[in-house]
Amino acid sequence: MSVATATARDTVRIATGRSRDRSAASLVFLGLLWFSLFFGVMVLVVLITDTAIAGSGRFDSALVTGYDSTLYPERTGFRAGILGSLWLMLFTAVMAVPLGIAAAVYLEEFADSTRWYNRIIEVNLQNLAAVPSIVYGLLAVAVMALIGIERKGIVLGGAIALALLILPVIIITTREAVRAVPEEIRQGSLALGATTWQTTWRQVLPSAVPGIATGTILGLSRAIGEAAPLLMLGLASSVRFDPEGMMSPITALPIQIYGLSSSSQQAFQDAASAAIIVLLVMILSLNGLAIFIRNKFQRSW
Amino acid sequence: MASATSSDTFPQMGSLGEVHVSAERRLPDAPVNPVMETRDLNVFYGDFHAVHDVNLAYGRHEITAMIGPSGCGKSTVLRCLNRMNDLVAGAHVEGEVLYHGQDIYQKNVDPIAVRTQIGMVFQKPNPFPKSIYDNIAYGPRVTGMKVDNMDDLVEEALRGAALWDEVKDKLKQSAYGLSGGQQQRLCIARTIATKPDVILMDEPCSALDPIATARVEDLMLELRNEYTIIVVTHNMQQAARVSDRTAFFTARPDETTGNRTGLLVEYDLTSTIFSNPNDKRTEDYISGRFG
Repeated sequence: MSVATATARDTVRIATGRSRDRSAASLVFLGLLWFSLFFGVMVLVVLITDTAIAGSGRFDSALVTGYDSTLYPERTGFRAGILGSLWLMLFTAVMAVPLGIAAAVYLEEFADSTRWYNRIIEVNLQNLAAVPSIVYGLLAVAVMALIGIERKGIVLGGAIALALLILPVIIITTREAVRAVPEEIRQGSLALGATTWQTTWRQVLPSAVPGIATGTILGLSRAIGEAAPLLMLGLASSVRFDPEGMMSPITALPIQIYGLSSSSQQAFQDAASAAIIVLLVMILSLNGLAIFIRNKFQRSW
Repeated sequence: MASATSSDTFPQMGSLGEVHVSAERRLPDAPVNPVMETRDLNVFYGDFHAVHDVNLAYGRHEITAMIGPSGCGKSTVLRCLNRMNDLVAGAHVEGEVLYHGQDIYQKNVDPIAVRTQIGMVFQKPNPFPKSIYDNIAYGPRVTGMKVDNMDDLVEEALRGAALWDEVKDKLKQSAYGLSGGQQQRLCIARTIATKPDVILMDEPCSALDPIATARVEDLMLELRNEYTIIVVTHNMQQAARVSDRTAFFTARPDETTGNRTGLLVEYDLTSTIFSNPNDKRTEDYISGRFG
C-alpha cells in the first residue's frame, strides 16, 4: 500500500501540465537572446549586401586588373592596391613570422619566468596586442627615420608597421601552440640525450606548426585590412604601376578604398564598394585557410 | 624465464601474503662494483626537503626496485640518477650521485652526456608523434651516434624490446597507432637504441593492463643480461617478481612544517625484503598493513 501511495504522489508532483522552462520570465529572456543575435548578424548582413549591391555594377575584370583612372571612373581598377596589399603581406610575414616564433620559443622553452625582466616582457606583450594600430604606424615612421630612409609610402615602411602590429599576435598564438605540446614529449627527448635545442627544433616546433600557421594567418588577415598605420607612413591612394621591390612606392587596398569612397563621383563610390567585397573575399579566404590548416593538422594528444 | 617461484630457496616465504619472489640468482649481499651509487643524497624543491640522506648502490646487470608509499621520494631519487631533476625549476641536489665512481653532479659533467649513458622510461608511454622507425632512430640521430645501418639498428632495438614481430610491417606508421603496452615497449626500444649502460624506469607499467605488464616484466628480465635496470614501482608484486634488490622508502612528516620528507628505510636482496625484512615499517608495508 505504501508503495502505491508513493507512486501516486510522485505522479501528481511531476505531471503538472506545464514546464517551468516555459515560464514568462524564461521566454522573455530567451527572446532577448534571440534578438541580440539577430541584431548583430542582421546589421552585418545588411551592410555587406548593401555594399555588394552598390558595387555589383563593377564586378568585372577591370576591377582587379586595371589601375585607377580619373578619366574613366567607370573603368577604374584596384590592381595596384591588390598587388600592394599582397606585397605588404609577403614582407610583413617575412619580418614578423621568424621574429615572432623565435621570441615565443624563447619565452616558452628557455626563459626563466621567475626573472623580473622576463616578467616585464610577459606583461608588455599582453598590452602590445591591444595597442591601437595607428601607434604602430607612428613607430614605423620612427624606425624609417632611424634607418635613414626618407622615401614615403614604400613597401618597406608599410611592412615594418604591419609586422610590428601583428608581432604580438604571432608571439601569443605561437606560445599557446608551443605550450600545447605535452611535457612528456620534451622529457622523452631529453632523456635520450637530446639537447634542449634539438628537442625544441625536432619535437616541439614540428608539433606546434599547425597552431603557429593558424595564428600567423589570422595575424596577417588582421594586417591586410589595416589602413591607419599605412596612412601614417604616407602610402598614396593612387599608384599606377606595380610594386617592384622593397623600396617601391605602393598603395594598399584599404587605402584605395578610403581614397575613392570620399570621392564625389558615384562611379568611384561604386568601385569602392566593389573593392570592399574584394577585400572581404581576401580576408575570408585567409581565415578559411587558417581554419582548414587547424582542422586538417590539429593533433589531439 | 625467471618468473618461476622457488619456495625451496626461501622456505619462510609466503608468511607475508601472496607476494612471490623471483630468485634464481644467487647474489652477494651488497652490490660489488656498483654501476651507480648515491651518497648522502638530499633533494630539495625550493625550500621543500624532498629526500633525506639516501645511500644506495645499484649493482651491474641487476634490477633494483625502489618501492614505497606515494610521496616517499623514490621517483625523485630516480630522476636524480640521470639529472632529469635539473629540468624542474627550483630543484637542488646535495650529496653525491656516482656513476662508475664519477659524481654526475660535478660542474664539469655534461647532463646531456649523462643521459646518453643512463636512459629513462616514463610512467606514461610517451612515443614521439612520428613513425615507429623514427621514434627508434631519433636517439641515435640526436646524439650523433655512429650508425652503419640505421635499419639494422632499428630492428635490433625493436627485437631487444620484443616488439619487432608486432611492428615489422608497419615501421613507417605512426607510433600513436600502437596499443599502450606496445607504446611502452617502443619507448624501451627507443631507449636501448642509444645503447645506454643503465635504464631507469619510472613506474613503467602503471598505465598498462596486466597482460601488457607481464610482457614488460618479461622484457625487463631479459634486458637485465645487458643493462643495469633501476625501477620505481607502486606494485610490490612487480618488485618481487622482477627485481634482484629492493629499496624501501617511506615519508616522514617534518615536526614543525608537516612537509613529508622521503627517506630510505631498508635496502636488501628482494628475497630478504619480502621474506625477512629487518625493519618493522618494511614489514608493515609489504604485508599491506600500511601504505
